[in-house]
Amino acid sequence: MRHFLILLRRDLGLLLGGERRGATLLPVLFFLAVAMLYPFAVGPDGPVLARTGGGVLWIAALLAAILPLDRLVEPDLELGLFDQLALRGISEELAMTARMLAHWLSFAPALLLAAFPASALVGIDAATLQTVELGLLAGTPGLAALGVLVAALTAGLRGGAALGGLLVIPLAVPLLVFGAGSLSTGGEAGIALTAAFSLVLVAITPFAAGAAIRSGRG
Amino acid sequence: MQACRLTANNLACQRGERLLFRGLGLELRSGQALQVKGANGIGKSSLIRILAGLLRPLVGEVEREGSVGLLDERPALDPGLPLGHALGFWQRLDGPGDAELAQLGLSGLLEVPVRYLSTGQKKRAALARLLGQEASIWLLDEPLNGLDTRGVALVEALVAQHCAQGGIALVASHQPIALPGGAAIDLADFTA
Repeated sequence: MRHFLILLRRDLGLLLGGERRGATLLPVLFFLAVAMLYPFAVGPDGPVLARTGGGVLWIAALLAAILPLDRLVEPDLELGLFDQLALRGISEELAMTARMLAHWLSFAPALLLAAFPASALVGIDAATLQTVELGLLAGTPGLAALGVLVAALTAGLRGGAALGGLLVIPLAVPLLVFGAGSLSTGGEAGIALTAAFSLVLVAITPFAAGAAIRSGRG
Repeated sequence: MQACRLTANNLACQRGERLLFRGLGLELRSGQALQVKGANGIGKSSLIRILAGLLRPLVGEVEREGSVGLLDERPALDPGLPLGHALGFWQRLDGPGDAELAQLGLSGLLEVPVRYLSTGQKKRAALARLLGQEASIWLLDEPLNGLDTRGVALVEALVAQHCAQGGIALVASHQPIALPGGAAIDLADFTA
Protein backbone atom coordinates (compact mmCIF):
# COMPACT_ATOMS: atom_id res chain seq x y z
CA MET A 1 0.00 0.00 0.00
CA ARG A 2 2.85 2.35 0.84
CA HIS A 3 4.40 1.59 -2.54
CA PHE A 4 1.07 2.20 -4.25
CA LEU A 5 0.73 5.65 -2.71
CA ILE A 6 4.29 6.61 -3.62
CA LEU A 7 3.71 5.49 -7.22
CA LEU A 8 0.37 7.26 -7.39
CA ARG A 9 1.91 10.46 -6.09
CA ARG A 10 4.64 10.32 -8.71
CA ASP A 11 2.27 9.48 -11.57
CA LEU A 12 -0.12 12.22 -10.59
CA GLY A 13 2.70 14.71 -10.30
CA LEU A 14 3.92 13.85 -13.78
CA LEU A 15 0.50 13.74 -15.43
CA LEU A 16 -0.77 16.88 -13.74
CA GLY A 17 2.20 19.08 -13.05
CA GLY A 18 5.17 17.82 -15.03
CA GLU A 19 6.17 20.66 -17.28
CA ARG A 20 6.81 18.87 -20.54
CA ARG A 21 4.88 15.68 -20.02
CA GLY A 22 1.94 17.20 -18.22
CA ALA A 23 -0.72 19.28 -19.77
CA THR A 24 -3.87 18.43 -17.90
CA LEU A 25 -5.63 21.36 -19.36
CA LEU A 26 -5.14 20.08 -22.88
CA PRO A 27 -7.81 17.32 -22.84
CA VAL A 28 -10.24 19.66 -21.12
CA LEU A 29 -9.61 22.49 -23.57
CA PHE A 30 -9.95 20.02 -26.41
CA PHE A 31 -13.26 18.85 -24.98
CA LEU A 32 -14.52 22.43 -24.67
CA ALA A 33 -13.24 23.28 -28.14
CA VAL A 34 -15.28 20.46 -29.69
CA ALA A 35 -18.36 21.59 -27.78
CA MET A 36 -17.76 25.14 -28.98
CA LEU A 37 -17.14 24.20 -32.62
CA TYR A 38 -20.12 21.90 -32.94
CA PRO A 39 -22.81 24.63 -33.06
CA PHE A 40 -20.73 26.50 -35.63
CA ALA A 41 -20.65 23.46 -37.86
CA VAL A 42 -24.27 22.38 -37.43
CA GLY A 43 -25.82 25.81 -37.28
CA PRO A 44 -27.86 27.49 -34.58
CA ASP A 45 -30.78 25.09 -34.86
CA GLY A 46 -31.92 24.69 -31.23
CA PRO A 47 -33.82 21.36 -31.41
CA VAL A 48 -31.10 19.66 -33.51
CA LEU A 49 -28.39 20.81 -31.12
CA ALA A 50 -30.36 19.74 -28.09
CA ARG A 51 -31.04 16.31 -29.58
CA THR A 52 -27.46 15.59 -30.64
CA GLY A 53 -25.46 17.64 -28.12
CA GLY A 54 -25.18 14.90 -25.53
CA GLY A 55 -23.71 12.48 -28.05
CA VAL A 56 -21.19 15.07 -29.18
CA LEU A 57 -20.07 15.56 -25.59
CA TRP A 58 -19.49 11.82 -25.36
CA ILE A 59 -17.37 11.78 -28.51
CA ALA A 60 -15.44 14.80 -27.27
CA ALA A 61 -14.81 13.08 -23.93
CA LEU A 62 -13.60 9.92 -25.66
CA LEU A 63 -11.18 11.81 -27.88
CA ALA A 64 -9.99 13.97 -24.98
CA ALA A 65 -9.14 10.83 -23.02
CA ILE A 66 -6.96 9.62 -25.91
CA LEU A 67 -4.81 12.78 -25.96
CA PRO A 68 -2.41 11.88 -23.13
CA LEU A 69 -2.01 8.30 -24.37
CA ASP A 70 1.58 8.61 -25.58
CA ARG A 71 2.94 9.76 -22.24
CA LEU A 72 1.15 7.18 -20.10
CA VAL A 73 3.64 4.32 -20.35
CA GLU A 74 6.20 4.90 -23.07
CA PRO A 75 8.43 7.48 -21.32
CA ASP A 76 8.75 5.32 -18.21
CA LEU A 77 9.57 2.28 -20.29
CA GLU A 78 12.41 4.22 -21.90
CA LEU A 79 13.59 5.35 -18.48
CA GLY A 80 13.83 1.77 -17.28
CA LEU A 81 11.45 2.60 -14.45
CA PHE A 82 9.61 -0.71 -14.53
CA ASP A 83 12.88 -2.67 -14.41
CA GLN A 84 13.96 -0.76 -11.33
CA LEU A 85 10.55 -1.31 -9.73
CA ALA A 86 10.69 -5.03 -10.51
CA LEU A 87 14.07 -5.30 -8.75
CA ARG A 88 12.42 -3.81 -5.68
CA GLY A 89 9.67 -6.40 -5.79
CA ILE A 90 7.05 -3.95 -7.02
CA SER A 91 4.93 -5.67 -9.62
CA GLU A 92 3.98 -4.18 -12.96
CA GLU A 93 0.38 -4.79 -11.97
CA LEU A 94 0.68 -2.44 -9.01
CA ALA A 95 2.41 0.18 -11.13
CA MET A 96 -0.32 -0.07 -13.77
CA THR A 97 -3.08 0.21 -11.17
CA ALA A 98 -1.51 3.40 -9.86
CA ARG A 99 -1.08 4.67 -13.41
CA MET A 100 -4.72 3.95 -14.24
CA LEU A 101 -5.98 5.80 -11.17
CA ALA A 102 -3.63 8.71 -11.80
CA HIS A 103 -4.74 8.92 -15.43
CA TRP A 104 -8.39 8.96 -14.40
CA LEU A 105 -7.76 11.62 -11.76
CA SER A 106 -5.82 13.72 -14.22
CA PHE A 107 -8.59 14.08 -16.79
CA ALA A 108 -11.98 12.84 -15.55
CA PRO A 109 -12.83 15.27 -12.73
CA ALA A 110 -11.85 18.23 -14.90
CA LEU A 111 -13.89 16.80 -17.76
CA LEU A 112 -16.95 16.36 -15.55
CA LEU A 113 -16.65 20.00 -14.53
CA ALA A 114 -16.11 21.14 -18.10
CA ALA A 115 -19.28 19.33 -19.12
CA PHE A 116 -21.28 22.12 -17.45
CA PRO A 117 -20.08 24.97 -19.70
CA ALA A 118 -19.98 22.54 -22.62
CA SER A 119 -23.64 21.67 -22.10
CA ALA A 120 -24.46 25.35 -22.41
CA LEU A 121 -22.44 25.58 -25.63
CA VAL A 122 -24.31 22.72 -27.32
CA GLY A 123 -27.59 23.79 -25.75
CA ILE A 124 -28.75 20.67 -23.91
CA ASP A 125 -31.16 20.90 -20.99
CA ALA A 126 -30.55 20.12 -17.35
CA ALA A 127 -32.04 16.61 -17.43
CA THR A 128 -29.87 15.60 -20.40
CA LEU A 129 -26.86 17.15 -18.72
CA GLN A 130 -27.51 15.02 -15.67
CA THR A 131 -27.62 11.88 -17.81
CA VAL A 132 -24.39 12.93 -19.55
CA GLU A 133 -22.66 13.60 -16.22
CA LEU A 134 -23.74 10.28 -14.71
CA GLY A 135 -22.80 8.47 -17.90
CA LEU A 136 -19.36 10.11 -17.99
CA LEU A 137 -18.87 9.29 -14.32
CA ALA A 138 -19.61 5.66 -15.14
CA GLY A 139 -17.67 5.63 -18.39
CA THR A 140 -14.48 7.59 -17.72
CA PRO A 141 -12.92 4.89 -15.49
CA GLY A 142 -13.30 2.55 -18.44
CA LEU A 143 -11.74 5.11 -20.77
CA ALA A 144 -8.83 5.58 -18.35
CA ALA A 145 -8.32 1.82 -18.11
CA LEU A 146 -8.47 1.44 -21.86
CA GLY A 147 -5.93 4.23 -22.29
CA VAL A 148 -3.43 2.60 -19.94
CA LEU A 149 -4.01 -0.82 -21.47
CA VAL A 150 -3.45 0.34 -25.03
CA ALA A 151 -0.54 2.58 -24.01
CA ALA A 152 1.17 -0.40 -22.37
CA LEU A 153 0.50 -2.63 -25.38
CA THR A 154 1.85 -0.14 -27.90
CA ALA A 155 4.74 1.25 -25.81
CA GLY A 156 8.03 0.66 -27.53
CA LEU A 157 6.51 0.24 -30.96
CA ARG A 158 7.45 2.68 -33.66
CA GLY A 159 4.51 5.03 -34.15
CA GLY A 160 2.96 3.52 -31.04
CA ALA A 161 1.22 6.73 -30.08
CA ALA A 162 -0.75 7.06 -33.30
CA LEU A 163 -1.48 3.35 -33.35
CA GLY A 164 -2.64 3.53 -29.75
CA GLY A 165 -5.12 6.27 -30.52
CA LEU A 166 -6.55 4.22 -33.35
CA LEU A 167 -6.75 1.10 -31.21
CA VAL A 168 -8.64 2.78 -28.40
CA ILE A 169 -11.46 3.96 -30.63
CA PRO A 170 -12.98 0.58 -31.60
CA LEU A 171 -12.44 -0.77 -28.08
CA ALA A 172 -14.27 2.23 -26.65
CA VAL A 173 -17.30 1.68 -28.87
CA PRO A 174 -19.26 -0.29 -26.22
CA LEU A 175 -18.73 2.53 -23.73
CA LEU A 176 -19.97 5.02 -26.29
CA VAL A 177 -22.94 2.88 -27.35
CA PHE A 178 -24.18 2.36 -23.81
CA GLY A 179 -23.11 5.76 -22.47
CA ALA A 180 -24.47 7.90 -25.27
CA GLY A 181 -27.31 5.42 -25.72
CA SER A 182 -28.49 6.22 -22.22
CA LEU A 183 -29.33 9.68 -23.53
CA SER A 184 -32.06 8.53 -25.91
CA THR A 185 -33.60 6.10 -23.45
CA GLY A 186 -33.15 8.67 -20.71
CA GLY A 187 -32.11 5.75 -18.78
CA GLU A 188 -30.39 4.16 -15.93
CA ALA A 189 -30.03 0.91 -17.84
CA GLY A 190 -27.54 2.43 -20.28
CA ILE A 191 -25.53 4.00 -17.48
CA ALA A 192 -25.52 0.72 -15.58
CA LEU A 193 -24.19 -1.10 -18.64
CA THR A 194 -21.56 1.61 -19.13
CA ALA A 195 -20.50 1.18 -15.53
CA ALA A 196 -20.38 -2.59 -15.95
CA PHE A 197 -18.17 -2.33 -19.03
CA SER A 198 -15.97 0.17 -17.19
CA LEU A 199 -15.60 -2.22 -14.28
CA VAL A 200 -14.53 -5.05 -16.55
CA LEU A 201 -11.90 -2.82 -18.16
CA VAL A 202 -10.67 -1.55 -14.80
CA ALA A 203 -10.41 -5.14 -13.55
CA ILE A 204 -8.44 -6.57 -16.46
CA THR A 205 -6.23 -3.61 -17.30
CA PRO A 206 -3.63 -3.94 -14.51
CA PHE A 207 -3.00 -7.58 -15.41
CA ALA A 208 -3.07 -7.17 -19.17
CA ALA A 209 -0.95 -4.00 -19.11
CA GLY A 210 1.47 -5.54 -16.60
CA ALA A 211 1.84 -8.62 -18.77
CA ALA A 212 2.43 -6.39 -21.81
CA ILE A 213 5.29 -4.61 -20.06
CA ARG A 214 6.84 -7.85 -18.87
CA SER A 215 6.68 -9.45 -22.29
CA GLY A 216 8.18 -6.29 -23.77
CA ARG A 217 11.40 -7.17 -21.91
CA GLY A 218 11.78 -10.00 -24.42
CA MET B 1 25.12 -6.15 5.37
CA GLN B 2 23.73 -9.67 5.46
CA ALA B 3 25.43 -12.48 3.59
CA CYS B 4 24.57 -12.56 -0.08
CA ARG B 5 25.27 -14.87 -2.95
CA LEU B 6 24.92 -14.85 -6.71
CA THR B 7 25.30 -18.06 -8.66
CA ALA B 8 24.60 -18.92 -12.24
CA ASN B 9 24.80 -22.33 -13.84
CA ASN B 10 25.25 -23.22 -17.46
CA LEU B 11 23.65 -20.03 -18.76
CA ALA B 12 22.91 -19.62 -22.43
CA CYS B 13 21.34 -16.59 -23.98
CA GLN B 14 19.68 -16.19 -27.32
CA ARG B 15 18.68 -12.85 -28.78
CA GLY B 16 16.65 -13.14 -31.92
CA GLU B 17 18.28 -15.80 -34.05
CA ARG B 18 21.69 -15.42 -32.50
CA LEU B 19 23.11 -17.54 -29.66
CA LEU B 20 25.15 -14.99 -27.72
CA PHE B 21 26.87 -17.21 -25.16
CA ARG B 22 26.50 -20.65 -23.61
CA GLY B 23 27.85 -22.72 -20.77
CA LEU B 24 28.42 -19.68 -18.60
CA GLY B 25 28.61 -20.29 -14.88
CA LEU B 26 29.70 -18.06 -12.06
CA GLU B 27 29.57 -17.92 -8.31
CA LEU B 28 30.02 -14.81 -6.24
CA ARG B 29 29.88 -14.61 -2.46
CA SER B 30 29.84 -11.73 -0.04
CA GLY B 31 32.67 -9.33 -0.65
CA GLN B 32 33.54 -10.58 -4.13
CA ALA B 33 33.65 -8.58 -7.32
CA LEU B 34 33.82 -9.72 -10.92
CA GLN B 35 34.37 -7.90 -14.16
CA VAL B 36 32.67 -9.20 -17.29
CA LYS B 37 34.67 -8.21 -20.34
CA GLY B 38 33.85 -8.47 -23.97
CA ALA B 39 33.38 -6.54 -27.15
CA ASN B 40 30.24 -4.55 -27.95
CA GLY B 41 27.25 -6.71 -28.71
CA ILE B 42 28.71 -9.85 -27.22
CA GLY B 43 25.95 -10.10 -24.63
CA LYS B 44 27.21 -8.29 -21.52
CA SER B 45 23.99 -6.36 -21.03
CA SER B 46 21.89 -9.45 -21.67
CA LEU B 47 23.92 -11.32 -19.06
CA ILE B 48 23.34 -8.53 -16.56
CA ARG B 49 19.61 -8.57 -17.24
CA ILE B 50 19.50 -12.34 -16.91
CA LEU B 51 21.34 -12.15 -13.58
CA ALA B 52 18.92 -9.44 -12.44
CA GLY B 53 15.98 -11.69 -13.29
CA LEU B 54 14.65 -9.32 -15.94
CA LEU B 55 15.41 -11.62 -18.84
CA ARG B 56 14.92 -15.36 -19.02
CA PRO B 57 17.95 -17.32 -20.17
CA LEU B 58 17.58 -19.87 -22.94
CA VAL B 59 18.87 -22.51 -20.53
CA GLY B 60 20.45 -22.46 -17.12
CA GLU B 61 19.44 -20.97 -13.85
CA VAL B 62 20.35 -18.06 -11.64
CA GLU B 63 20.17 -18.01 -7.86
CA ARG B 64 20.22 -14.80 -5.91
CA GLU B 65 20.39 -14.30 -2.18
CA GLY B 66 20.09 -10.68 -1.32
CA SER B 67 18.57 -7.64 -2.97
CA VAL B 68 19.67 -6.62 -6.44
CA GLY B 69 20.64 -3.13 -7.53
CA LEU B 70 20.95 -2.45 -11.25
CA LEU B 71 22.80 0.37 -12.92
CA ASP B 72 22.51 0.49 -16.69
CA GLU B 73 22.44 3.13 -19.40
CA ARG B 74 18.99 4.31 -18.29
CA PRO B 75 19.14 6.37 -15.11
CA ALA B 76 15.41 5.85 -14.31
CA LEU B 77 15.17 9.49 -13.25
CA ASP B 78 12.39 11.63 -14.66
CA PRO B 79 13.98 13.99 -17.21
CA GLY B 80 11.52 16.79 -16.52
CA LEU B 81 12.00 16.90 -12.76
CA PRO B 82 14.77 18.62 -10.82
CA LEU B 83 17.37 16.07 -9.78
CA GLY B 84 16.45 16.36 -6.10
CA HIS B 85 12.81 15.49 -6.80
CA ALA B 86 13.68 12.69 -9.19
CA LEU B 87 15.96 11.12 -6.57
CA GLY B 88 13.34 11.82 -3.92
CA PHE B 89 10.96 9.35 -5.56
CA TRP B 90 13.49 6.53 -5.15
CA GLN B 91 14.32 7.68 -1.63
CA ARG B 92 10.67 7.34 -0.68
CA LEU B 93 10.58 3.81 -2.12
CA ASP B 94 13.93 2.70 -0.73
CA GLY B 95 13.92 4.55 2.55
CA PRO B 96 16.39 7.24 3.51
CA GLY B 97 19.72 5.91 2.32
CA ASP B 98 23.11 7.34 3.07
CA ALA B 99 23.99 8.38 -0.46
CA GLU B 100 26.61 11.09 -0.14
CA LEU B 101 25.56 13.52 -2.80
CA ALA B 102 28.58 15.71 -2.14
CA GLN B 103 30.88 12.74 -2.61
CA LEU B 104 29.23 12.11 -5.97
CA GLY B 105 29.62 15.75 -6.97
CA LEU B 106 25.87 16.29 -7.14
CA SER B 107 25.15 18.63 -4.24
CA GLY B 108 25.06 21.71 -6.47
CA LEU B 109 22.77 20.12 -9.06
CA LEU B 110 19.67 19.24 -7.05
CA GLU B 111 17.62 22.06 -8.57
CA VAL B 112 18.65 21.27 -12.14
CA PRO B 113 16.18 19.28 -14.26
CA VAL B 114 17.59 15.86 -15.05
CA ARG B 115 17.49 16.40 -18.80
CA TYR B 116 19.95 19.30 -18.53
CA LEU B 117 22.52 17.09 -16.82
CA SER B 118 25.48 15.85 -18.82
CA THR B 119 25.99 12.16 -19.50
CA GLY B 120 28.49 11.88 -16.69
CA GLN B 121 26.29 13.78 -14.27
CA LYS B 122 23.37 11.48 -15.09
CA LYS B 123 25.63 8.52 -14.40
CA ARG B 124 26.55 10.00 -11.03
CA ALA B 125 22.87 10.58 -10.29
CA ALA B 126 22.12 6.96 -11.14
CA LEU B 127 24.93 5.97 -8.76
CA ALA B 128 23.22 8.02 -6.05
CA ARG B 129 20.03 6.08 -6.74
CA LEU B 130 21.94 2.81 -6.53
CA LEU B 131 23.64 3.77 -3.26
CA GLY B 132 20.31 4.82 -1.75
CA GLN B 133 18.81 1.43 -2.59
CA GLU B 134 21.33 -0.28 -0.28
CA ALA B 135 21.10 -3.47 -2.30
CA SER B 136 23.61 -6.18 -1.52
CA ILE B 137 24.17 -7.37 -5.10
CA TRP B 138 25.30 -4.68 -7.51
CA LEU B 139 24.94 -5.34 -11.23
CA LEU B 140 26.66 -2.53 -13.08
CA ASP B 141 26.35 -2.34 -16.84
CA GLU B 142 29.08 -0.13 -18.30
CA PRO B 143 29.24 2.09 -15.21
CA LEU B 144 32.20 4.04 -16.56
CA ASN B 145 30.52 5.29 -19.73
CA GLY B 146 30.58 9.06 -19.81
CA LEU B 147 32.54 9.46 -16.59
CA ASP B 148 35.72 11.50 -16.33
CA THR B 149 38.85 10.14 -14.63
CA ARG B 150 37.68 11.31 -11.22
CA GLY B 151 34.35 9.65 -11.87
CA VAL B 152 36.11 6.40 -12.74
CA ALA B 153 38.11 6.55 -9.53
CA LEU B 154 34.89 7.26 -7.66
CA VAL B 155 33.15 4.18 -9.08
CA GLU B 156 36.17 2.05 -8.24
CA ALA B 157 36.16 3.40 -4.68
CA LEU B 158 32.42 2.84 -4.29
CA VAL B 159 32.67 -0.75 -5.52
CA ALA B 160 35.61 -1.41 -3.20
CA GLN B 161 33.66 0.04 -0.29
CA HIS B 162 30.57 -1.99 -1.22
CA CYS B 163 32.57 -5.23 -1.33
CA ALA B 164 34.35 -4.38 1.93
CA GLN B 165 30.93 -4.13 3.54
CA GLY B 166 30.09 -7.62 2.34
CA GLY B 167 28.34 -6.81 -0.91
CA ILE B 168 28.72 -8.38 -4.32
CA ALA B 169 29.57 -6.41 -7.44
CA LEU B 170 29.41 -7.66 -10.99
CA VAL B 171 30.63 -5.09 -13.45
CA ALA B 172 30.19 -5.43 -17.19
CA SER B 173 32.65 -3.12 -18.86
CA HIS B 174 34.82 -3.10 -21.94
CA GLN B 175 37.07 -0.55 -20.23
CA PRO B 176 39.66 -1.52 -17.66
CA ILE B 177 38.41 -1.06 -14.12
CA ALA B 178 40.19 -1.81 -10.87
CA LEU B 179 38.01 -4.13 -8.79
CA PRO B 180 38.82 -5.66 -5.41
CA GLY B 181 40.33 -9.07 -6.12
CA GLY B 182 40.68 -8.23 -9.79
CA ALA B 183 38.67 -11.23 -10.98
CA ALA B 184 37.42 -11.09 -14.54
CA ILE B 185 35.82 -13.28 -17.16
CA ASP B 186 35.71 -12.67 -20.87
CA LEU B 187 32.44 -13.43 -22.58
CA ALA B 188 34.37 -14.26 -25.75
CA ASP B 189 35.31 -17.55 -24.03
CA PHE B 190 31.67 -18.54 -23.93
CA THR B 191 30.52 -17.59 -27.38
CA ALA B 192 28.79 -20.30 -29.33
